[in-house]
Amino acid sequence: MNAPLIVFYVLAALCVLGALSLIFQRHPIHSALSLIVVMVALAGLYLLMGAEFVAAVQIIVYGGAIMVLFVFVIMLLNAGVEERTNLSKLAGFAGIPLAVALTGFLAAAVARSADATSQQALQAGVVAPTKTLANLLFQEFVYPFELTSFLILVAILGAIVLAAPRES
Amino acid sequence: VIDFFDLHAEIIIMLVKIGLLLFIVLTVNAYLTWFERKVVAHIQSRWGPHRVGPHGLLQPLADGLKFLFKEDPTPAGADKFVYYLAPLLALALALTSIAVIPFGPTSLYFRGHEITLGIADLNIGILALFAITALGVYGIALAGWSSNSKYPLLGGLRSSAQMVSYELALTMSVVGVLLMAGTFSLREIIQSQDKPALGLLGWNIFPQILGFLCFFVAAVAETNRVPFDLPEAESELVAGFHTEYASFKFAMFFIAEYTSMITVSCLCSILFFGGWLSPFPAGWTFTHYLPSVLLIPFGLWVIFDGIKYETIFGRLILPGLGTVITALGVLFILFPAVNDFIQGPFWLLSKIFVFLFIYVWMRGTLPRFRYDQLMAFGWKLLLPVSLANVVITATTLLWRSH
Repeated sequence: MNAPLIVFYVLAALCVLGALSLIFQRHPIHSALSLIVVMVALAGLYLLMGAEFVAAVQIIVYGGAIMVLFVFVIMLLNAGVEERTNLSKLAGFAGIPLAVALTGFLAAAVARSADATSQQALQAGVVAPTKTLANLLFQEFVYPFELTSFLILVAILGAIVLAAPRES
Repeated sequence: VIDFFDLHAEIIIMLVKIGLLLFIVLTVNAYLTWFERKVVAHIQSRWGPHRVGPHGLLQPLADGLKFLFKEDPTPAGADKFVYYLAPLLALALALTSIAVIPFGPTSLYFRGHEITLGIADLNIGILALFAITALGVYGIALAGWSSNSKYPLLGGLRSSAQMVSYELALTMSVVGVLLMAGTFSLREIIQSQDKPALGLLGWNIFPQILGFLCFFVAAVAETNRVPFDLPEAESELVAGFHTEYASFKFAMFFIAEYTSMITVSCLCSILFFGGWLSPFPAGWTFTHYLPSVLLIPFGLWVIFDGIKYETIFGRLILPGLGTVITALGVLFILFPAVNDFIQGPFWLLSKIFVFLFIYVWMRGTLPRFRYDQLMAFGWKLLLPVSLANVVITATTLLWRSH
C-alpha cells in the first residue's frame, strides 16, 4: 500500500465518521464541529487529486465562512441539547430500507466507475490547474456562472427584505 | 555507502527544519512579549520590565514558568471537550501558517540534499494561508462558547462576526497583487517584484498602495489586535473569549496571537515590500555589508553594556552574547559566500521586524473601535475600497497588455 492510498483511507474514514457524528451528536455545536471535520477532510481529498485551488477554496468558503456562520448562529441562539423522539413507524418501515437501497445503488455506481474512466481521467492529467479552471469559469461557462451569482444576490435581497423592520 | 541519513534524507531534513522553525518562532514569541512591554512602556514614559535580568531580559522565562505552574481550573458546566480543543486549535493553526512562508531565495546543500529556507513551498501558498486563517476563528469562537460564561460568549460572538467581516476585505485586497504576479506562490510573488535596476521602486507597494492599506488594516483586525481587539476588550468583557482560561491554556491563546502577528508581518513584507529583496539597486554591492555594519557596533554595545552588571549576566552571558554577535558580523565580511547567503533572510527579517514594531506602536497609540464603528468601517469603507482596487488593477493590466 502506497502513501497516497493510506492518506486517502484516513481522509475517507474521517469524512464518514464526521458525517455520522454530525447526525448522532446531541448538541448543535458538536454537530457543526463534525461538519467542519467533513469539510476539511473533503478538502484533503481534493488536494490528493491534485486540485489545489478547489481544496483551498473548499476550506476558505465551506470550512471557514459558511461554517463560521453556522457556529455564530448556534452561539447567538444559545441552542441547547436537542430533544429526540423514538424512531417513528414510518421511518422504521420506509426510511431504513430506502436508506439501505440508496447506499447500495451509490456503492454499485462507484464500484462500476472506479475501474475504467476515473482512473484514466486521473492518469491523463485532466486535473486542472487554477488557470484552466479560471478559463472555464470566466469564458466557457461565464453566463451560468454570473447567473448563479445573480441568484445568490436575489436570495440575499430576499433575506434583507424579510429581516428589515416594517415601516408603519 | 548509503547510510540511514541518505535513505530518509527528505524526512529527516523536514523534521529538523520543522523543529528548528518551531523553536525559533516560540523564542521570538517570548521575546516579542518582552519587546512589546518595553516599547509600550517607553511610549507611556515608563521603564517596563527591568527586574528579572538586565533590561528585564529574563522576564519571558519567568512568565513561562508562571504559566506552567499556575492552577488550571475548568469552569463548572463547561463543555470539556470543546474547552480543551479550542486553545489547541488556535495554537496549531497559528503555527501551521508559518510553515508556508519562504524565508530566503537560496538553498543550502548538505551531502547533496537540497535544503530550502522554508517548510512547504506550495503552489497555492497564499490561498493555503487564507484557508488556515479562515479556520483560525474557531479557536476563539469555540473558546468563548465552551466556557459557559457570559463574557467569553460575547467575546466569541464578537470575534466571529469581526473575522468574517474583515476576511472579505483581507482576501480582496490581495487580488491586486495576485493579478500583477499571476501566481499564488509566495516565492513567485517575490520574484515578480525583483527588478534589479530599480531596487525598492519595483515593489508592489507603489502600484498597490490601496491594496496594502486595506490588507494591513484587515490583517490587524484578523489577528484581534489593537485597535480591533474587541473580542478581548478588558474594559467591557473582563478578558473576552479567554476569561475562563488559565495557566498554559491561556498561554496557548497568547502564543497563537503573537504567532499570527508574525505571519501577518511576513505576509505584508512578502506581498507588498519585496520579501527578501534588497531595497537597493543590484549594482550597489557595498550595501551587502549592511548586516555587518549593524551587527558589529550592536555586539560591541552589548559587551560594553553587560560588563557594568555585577551578576553572572554582566560577567558572563551578555559579554559572551556580544562577542558572538560581533563575531557573526566579522564572519559575514570575511566570507563573501556566507554574506551573500544571508542577504535574503536579513532583508526579510528586517521588514518583519518593522511590521512587528508597527503592531506594538499601534497598541501604544490607538484607542479601541466601538462595535458599530468596527462594522461600518469594515463593510462600508474597507470592502468597497479593496474592490475598487481590484477593478483599477485589472483595468490597468488589461490596458497595458493591449
